[in-house]
Amino acid sequence: MTTAVMRLRKSGGLLGENGSLAGLVVLVVALTLLSGDFLTVTNLLNVGVQAAVTAILAFGSTYVIITAGIDLSVGAVAALSAVVLAWTATSHGVPWPVALIVALVAGIVCGLVNGVLITYGRLPPFIATLAMQGVARGLGLVISQGSPIPLPDAVAHLGDTIGSYLPVPVIVMVAMGVITAVVLNRTYAGRTMYAIGGNEEAARLSGIKVTRQKIITYALAGGFAAVAGIVLASRLASAQPQAALGYELDAIAAVVIGGASLSGGKGRALGTLVGALILAVLRNGLNLLSVSAFWQQVVIGVVIALAVLLDTLRRRQAN
Amino acid sequence: MRITKPVAIAAAAATLALGLAACRGGSSSGGDIKLGMSVSTLNNPYFVQFRQGAEEEAKKEGVKLTTTDAQNDASQQTNQVQNFTGQSMKAIILNPVDSDAAAPAVKAADRAKIPVIAADRGVNGASVAQTVASDNVAGGRLAAQQLGKALGGKGKVGVLQGTAGTSAARDRQQGFAEGIKAFPGIQVVAQQPADFDRAKGLDVLTNMVQANPGITGVFAANDEMALGGIKALGAKAGKQVKVVGFDGTPDGLKAVQMGTLSADVAQQPKLLGQLAVQSAVKAAKGDKVPVTVAVPVKVADKTNVAQFLNGS
Repeated sequence: MTTAVMRLRKSGGLLGENGSLAGLVVLVVALTLLSGDFLTVTNLLNVGVQAAVTAILAFGSTYVIITAGIDLSVGAVAALSAVVLAWTATSHGVPWPVALIVALVAGIVCGLVNGVLITYGRLPPFIATLAMQGVARGLGLVISQGSPIPLPDAVAHLGDTIGSYLPVPVIVMVAMGVITAVVLNRTYAGRTMYAIGGNEEAARLSGIKVTRQKIITYALAGGFAAVAGIVLASRLASAQPQAALGYELDAIAAVVIGGASLSGGKGRALGTLVGALILAVLRNGLNLLSVSAFWQQVVIGVVIALAVLLDTLRRRQAN
Repeated sequence: MRITKPVAIAAAAATLALGLAACRGGSSSGGDIKLGMSVSTLNNPYFVQFRQGAEEEAKKEGVKLTTTDAQNDASQQTNQVQNFTGQSMKAIILNPVDSDAAAPAVKAADRAKIPVIAADRGVNGASVAQTVASDNVAGGRLAAQQLGKALGGKGKVGVLQGTAGTSAARDRQQGFAEGIKAFPGIQVVAQQPADFDRAKGLDVLTNMVQANPGITGVFAANDEMALGGIKALGAKAGKQVKVVGFDGTPDGLKAVQMGTLSADVAQQPKLLGQLAVQSAVKAAKGDKVPVTVAVPVKVADKTNVAQFLNGS
């Protein structure tokens, strides 16, 4: 397998930057051999749709992890935003475009509060976002009174396909990925994230407004979580207060599988996308192969560990 | 920042507690009987309805009911029950997060001579005054019967299972497996977990149909997964593919009305809550209560669904 990986790495700069892509390729080849149903257009589109929510959450988490932070609130914020959307649009008759904006704002506000707690409040990101996880989850339950709220039809179409094939969640995922790549590579905000994650004190001394940039980072993560929540709810045509439970951990796993480091300064949009795809391909494959309920969790855990191990080994060889 | 940390925390906690107490308002009036109820999780419409039923009944009986949410954490639940024993509760309603892990908490209540009513799930390894629960195995059998009938006794069936390791997932699966044996023409071609979650139900059934395009019937071990599955089937739901759900949540019953869900094995969480409070009040007064109360499960289909929707 290592020789295959080496060959893959030599075959292009894209792969060289991203060891996890090799992991994805290995997984896809293995599943194609094991199941005749895997490598079909319909199934690959299914995988794309199933990866979308995790990927969008993970793009938001990529910013945070690059600054050496962590955001445990994204799953709960996604659920809260979805509930806010359904509650304003369905229960209060607010026009749906306005409701969409309100939902987005709700997510960004949660992120801003995280950022302020972490910078001005000096709370460790782990604690601040853990607190927000509880608050957002709780507020979602309070607003919805614990029951799912149906979405207006116009928004539910976001979970559908354009024509008969092109799924909107995949389009949204790709769009959010492109935005993430542009922010990270082409903007001042993106460059400061890497600087802060690399060495926060050095960033401060070199004149970066660390406090402001960190707040922006968490606000971005909150906004992305809101988008993920909207996509999730639109797929189900209903907003559920208990949706996206534990998704923050999937998002963090996707970012790290994608080659980011939890100690900051490293991470790419493409890597994160690959990480999310690995998780989705794996879950899809386990279903196609009818693997038993008890083993699925074991396999997912092992593959997460292997994917990161593969990347670490590759980096060590490169040095 | 001259205020010391403990003082600041205490002040914040006090403010929050006062604020929350103010929110509760008038509910403090009531009889001299105080009941404590620890619910496994309020992150599920089923248990939200259960609490509603319990609270309505408590109001009717004029007793004071304090509800806590254990957030599916068994150790948190043990703490909550211990706190109840210290609050001079006359009886405790316990909806266990885990049947085995609940035993220490029940024993602590026993030592304080406070009767415990177990609701929805039983307690292993300690004796409670009463267990009130729906019969999940019987429900699974009923679901199999309904699906068999809807399919005319033949076809390929996929099963969406609940969270691996939970008693509800196990019992419903067992009942379904027993019940489906009565239909030799029906073959279960795939069974996969979707963790009682709607989004997972959607993804897992999409994948299952991909691998087994011939599936004509689906049994989902709860309504959330059934509704996700119906989304996955699209226009085929209720027509080429028959789906049977479990729980009888408002959304599930609406799907029965629309015809996308062929039948729903309805539990009665509100009734469960009401019965639990009734028994707790009796036990608190020192009256004898029967050891078990089975809350009946009912089948909701197109012919009788209106009745269920009006009832809930």
